[in-house]
Amino acid sequence: MEKFTTLTGIAAHLPMINVDTDMIIPKNYLKTIKRTGLGEGLFAELRYDENGQKHEHFVLHKEPYTNAEILIAGENFGCGSSREHAPWALLDFGFRCIIAPSFADIFYNNCFKNGILPIVLPQEEINKLIDDAERGDNARLTIDLEAQEISGPDGGKIHFDIDPHRKRCLIEGLDDIGLTLEKAEHIDRFEEQAGTVRPWV
Amino acid sequence: MAKPRTLYDKIWDEHLVHEAPDGTSLIYIDRHLVHEVTSPQAFEGLRMAGRDVRAPEKTLAVVDHNVPTTDRSKGIDDPDSAIQVEALAKNAADFGIDYYHELDERQGIVHVVGPEQGFTLPGTTIVCGDSHTSTHGAFGALAHGIGTSEVEHVLATQTLIQQKAKNMLVRVEGKLPDNVTAKDIILAIIGEIGTAGGTGHVIEYAGETIRDLTMEGRMTVCNMSIEGGARAGLIAPDQKTFDYIMGRPRAPKGAAFEMAKAHWETLFTDEGAHFDAEVVLDAANLPPIVTWGTSPEQVVAIDGHVPSPEDIADETKRQAAVRALDYMGLKGGEKITDIALDRIFIGSCTNGRIEDLRAVAKVVEGQHVNENLNAMIVPGSGLVKLQAEEEGLDRIFTDAGFEWREPGCSMCLAMNPDKLAPGERCASTSNRNFEGRQGRLGRTHLVSPQMAAAAAIAGHFVDIRDLQ
Repeated sequence: MEKFTTLTGIAAHLPMINVDTDMIIPKNYLKTIKRTGLGEGLFAELRYDENGQKHEHFVLHKEPYTNAEILIAGENFGCGSSREHAPWALLDFGFRCIIAPSFADIFYNNCFKNGILPIVLPQEEINKLIDDAERGDNARLTIDLEAQEISGPDGGKIHFDIDPHRKRCLIEGLDDIGLTLEKAEHIDRFEEQAGTVRPWV
Repeated sequence: MAKPRTLYDKIWDEHLVHEAPDGTSLIYIDRHLVHEVTSPQAFEGLRMAGRDVRAPEKTLAVVDHNVPTTDRSKGIDDPDSAIQVEALAKNAADFGIDYYHELDERQGIVHVVGPEQGFTLPGTTIVCGDSHTSTHGAFGALAHGIGTSEVEHVLATQTLIQQKAKNMLVRVEGKLPDNVTAKDIILAIIGEIGTAGGTGHVIEYAGETIRDLTMEGRMTVCNMSIEGGARAGLIAPDQKTFDYIMGRPRAPKGAAFEMAKAHWETLFTDEGAHFDAEVVLDAANLPPIVTWGTSPEQVVAIDGHVPSPEDIADETKRQAAVRALDYMGLKGGEKITDIALDRIFIGSCTNGRIEDLRAVAKVVEGQHVNENLNAMIVPGSGLVKLQAEEEGLDRIFTDAGFEWREPGCSMCLAMNPDKLAPGERCASTSNRNFEGRQGRLGRTHLVSPQMAAAAAIAGHFVDIRDLQ
């Protein structure tokens, strides 16, 4: 997993609530056995019509947002299906950070496994960032994960909270499985004990 | 005296392998269900790291999302779907995991198969790379959906890294009116709490109405917990649960069953245990529910009208409603019973079990599907299909003009050839009415099996209560 320390990039605003993972990556893109190459399917039904023609008004078709790395979204972003293809598609398009008032649990969790930083902020803070994101070439934000701080183009700073364990994993690019395997003796002991208490399992 | 604990607290405590000072916990996973869409990258990850599956005997693989529901004895036409199905077969063989292939009579939707095989047991932790894993909570199992990275994590370590969720209690009281079902209960709950209402919580469903539900009904309720934002839903096990499990192929037998049962009987929320949130629903006056929009929280009673955006006070919700109405081809203000339909889909992990099919048969027996629509019934598993055929339900369906299909997820998510054409309107017993869910530009209204059946005959929604 790629480390996440600081990021300066274009922020795009998607003004919708309850964006579900079917919308982030429609099912016809799920028939892959790889993690890569899903960027073309990102928001496919919002970006293209049935004949594959671009919906020109969609934010990710407009400059400079074709190169966006930060997405500012509405509440309950990523609800629905557990498909990790959603963060894979966002990552493949170039997104490393999603900012929203709230996220659905599974999607939120999946982001961290892929080096994407999901940031939860109150709506009023998000409204400031939306203003920033609507400044075209100036729509650049800097995310400093170590300092837990977002800086806007005018130098204004917004603090965000994050679980310390997840923060460390992102900054160091840690492999969860590797970390857990360091606790193998705890797992062995648990299995041994559970085997006596609940042998039918 | 020990602090009173909720059912969730008890299962959590019993599966805690390790807890870091910051609360990051390692939870042991007793059961892992695997399907073809969310697992290939996980197995690839294991191979690349040279890791093995820690407990193949606690893992069960089955194909469901991609498989066609027509005759599949000659293979799968869609090459990408075929590759995913073959990949699961190979991965299961390479790593020593039990696998139900597309022609096995035990094959079906993973959340129908688990309980049917007795793989799902009270007090266990169950995960699957599928958000509807919450279904298994009907047995008092802590069950939730995970992403593919976590699938790999569970395969490699039989554990999951978690932060403990909060406890939410949803109490449902009162006797359900005739033909008002578990589906109507859960749609009403989601309408009440919203699609993010359960985020960060495990929901325990309790109360007289929940106790009165069959195991199938309880599974329908827990299944859609994720549509209310909760990763997991739970119902305390009782005699109905034990009776359902006894004799199933993978359930404990004889003395082991008795020992297990003694433990299962301790799985309930203690008097005085703390819930972070509580919701009460009166089931006695519950009408059949229909969704009108593109989020499962956009619900209305069958005798109601599609809301008009100007009636919605919250600005964000109003904007969402405008978009949803436009997508659904509705103006707002229409009577629900005036909405005409093109397609009917009966099936899915929400409502594809034998009890659902019996309920449909009761409504449609001796009648005929409306000539303006196509209606399809997809059993949840091969065993559900066999059972229905043994009871003669298939004849009732085909005589009435329904298509009777092979088991799988089918048009719940339309990954296989079963999908809506653009603009087609469908009454569906599935769980999601998202834009494009059942096919690009397809329009989905979520309902109970009885309501879908009645709509199939009439060609439009009808109040099932008027048919008695």
